Amino acid sequence: MKKVWPILVVDDEEVMCESMAAWLREDGYRVDTASSGVKSVELAKATDYAICFVDLKMPGMDGIETMMEIHKVRAEASIIIITAYATVDTAIQAMKEGAQEYIVKPCHPQEISMLVSRILKLKKLQSENVILRKKISRKYHYRDVITKNPRMEEILTLAKEIASHRSTVLIRGESGTGKELVARAIHYSGDRAEKPFVTVSCAALTETLLESELFGHEKGSFTGAAGQTKGKFELADGGTIFLDEIGDISPKLQADLLRVLQERRFYRVGGTEEVSVDVRVIAATNKNLPEEVQQGRFRDDLYYRLNVIEINLPALRERREDIPLLAEHFVEKIASELGKDISGISADALKVLIGYDWPGNVRELENVIERAMVTSHSDTLEVDDFTWLTQRTAPQQQNWDVPDVPLGELERRAIIAVLERKKGNVKEAAASLGIDRSTLYDKLKRYEIVH
Amino acid sequence: MKTLYVLPVGKVPAQVLEWVDSIVAEWFPMPARRLTAVPLPEAAYDAKRGQYQSAEIMREVANHAPPDACRVLGVTEADLAIPTLTFLFGQAQLDGTVAVVSLARLRQEFYGLPADETLLRERVDKEVLHELGHTFGLTHCHDPKCAMSLSTHVGFVDGKDESYCMNCGIRLARKASALTEKAHEEGMADSGGR
Repeated sequence: MKKVWPILVVDDEEVMCESMAAWLREDGYRVDTASSGVKSVELAKATDYAICFVDLKMPGMDGIETMMEIHKVRAEASIIIITAYATVDTAIQAMKEGAQEYIVKPCHPQEISMLVSRILKLKKLQSENVILRKKISRKYHYRDVITKNPRMEEILTLAKEIASHRSTVLIRGESGTGKELVARAIHYSGDRAEKPFVTVSCAALTETLLESELFGHEKGSFTGAAGQTKGKFELADGGTIFLDEIGDISPKLQADLLRVLQERRFYRVGGTEEVSVDVRVIAATNKNLPEEVQQGRFRDDLYYRLNVIEINLPALRERREDIPLLAEHFVEKIASELGKDISGISADALKVLIGYDWPGNVRELENVIERAMVTSHSDTLEVDDFTWLTQRTAPQQQNWDVPDVPLGELERRAIIAVLERKKGNVKEAAASLGIDRSTLYDKLKRYEIVH
Repeated sequence: MKTLYVLPVGKVPAQVLEWVDSIVAEWFPMPARRLTAVPLPEAAYDAKRGQYQSAEIMREVANHAPPDACRVLGVTEADLAIPTLTFLFGQAQLDGTVAVVSLARLRQEFYGLPADETLLRERVDKEVLHELGHTFGLTHCHDPKCAMSLSTHVGFVDGKDESYCMNCGIRLARKASALTEKAHEEGMADSGGR
């Protein structure tokens, strides 16, 4: 594979050029030579050299100038300055001007081979990194938010407008409505796209763990804190931190978070030194935060800090016109993942999907389609492939003797019934209710259900 | 058919040249012949380093290549170097005609140790296979046992086998047999014309 990384050797001494090129060619590299700085720049215009060996002393354009000119046309090229005499001054100057390495001739054969393979290894990693970044940003582009719902379109326009600001964003919406997708789309289309996007699920961690997860900790600050560890805020420096399920954090963390939002500075757990960061905060919740504030469970000052820009994502049942679009999209996506030749969904099956209420929103829709595709034997998904879904919906509509109680009570009873059926297994109960586990925990807490 | 020539550059012991002849005959299908020794070119000597410039030696070898040469292997006692590297065990034109092997650093005496003829023969064999391998288009191999693996220390030479790994061997055989077949066809055409 190394043949894809061409190398250029620049020296006015023909023997030096030839012998160096011959040595590198024996290693299997494609090598060109140039007898002057001017010629090397011409060559660099035509070929994307990975490495250029440039002799420091050349008549006319010297090594440093040559390096700078090559860098103008090939900014990514690694330049290795070669010289017969090493002085600290020239070495410093070369490195300052952007040389990656500085070698004094003659050097041991092993050094050259190792140097080249080390640089190319790094280049390979860098190029993989670029490809991955591109893949990620492509994955989370606005294009991937599939909708023709006017409210969603408005949200997307707003998200695009705010992408390049640092303002804190609060995204609200039920589980599975795509809060993280929107957060990523904001991040990857703004100025911070090249920097990290770090996700923290606040509901998943206990208070102490969450604190050290967010702010990092110093060695020995608690049992098991073996060394200094950077928290998510530090890791996200220059980029975006996505605080999912922000409504679930403790009062102490609410205070700490408020301080970070106000001052962009914090202490690591057990630390005495302040750490300052440049981080954009995007928070998300499926809770009704104003109500939480009224109940005194969420600090109002933090709420106002977070709620600089608010995005309310509609539930899937409020944008039913998107169901066919999304369904077709998932069929296409999952077909290529599963390697199945399923081309679409029949009109009748679509009617079933449109009629369903989707408590788990888009995520549930994706899961339902994947399940149908795994079991389907035809090239189109039919009503039969979704019978289990209609069975799940139908008895509720037809056979349920609905008592005259508040809706919340109905939900409470439903949760208890399902939990009993699933013998207290929260994971299975959540799946069966079509909500995710954190939502179920949330409801258990709210209805004071002991399981 | 074209010939593989061995050219001593400067004084080279007859014994060593016989080893070279036999390893060449063992591995390469074309006829091999030894040329009369040529003196070391004075211009190649770098007094500052007390070494010979490999590129100059290669040029000298190329200048003495007979018209029917398909490969010329220079063998020399001179300690070789190129401007950027402190030393070379040998050098070759990748997919070319000329190769050169230096005996200087293959000898135990170079490292202040007593001479060891058996070890020297093994090292010579390996370096001849390595440099000629380059002229048949083989690049450095990652198998440390293969004659085509890169040696930047005499210890690495000792770690190799006096043969190619399967991959390099197959590539070499393909290239060499294509060369001899072509030569055979050309020879047939020539005799047909006469």
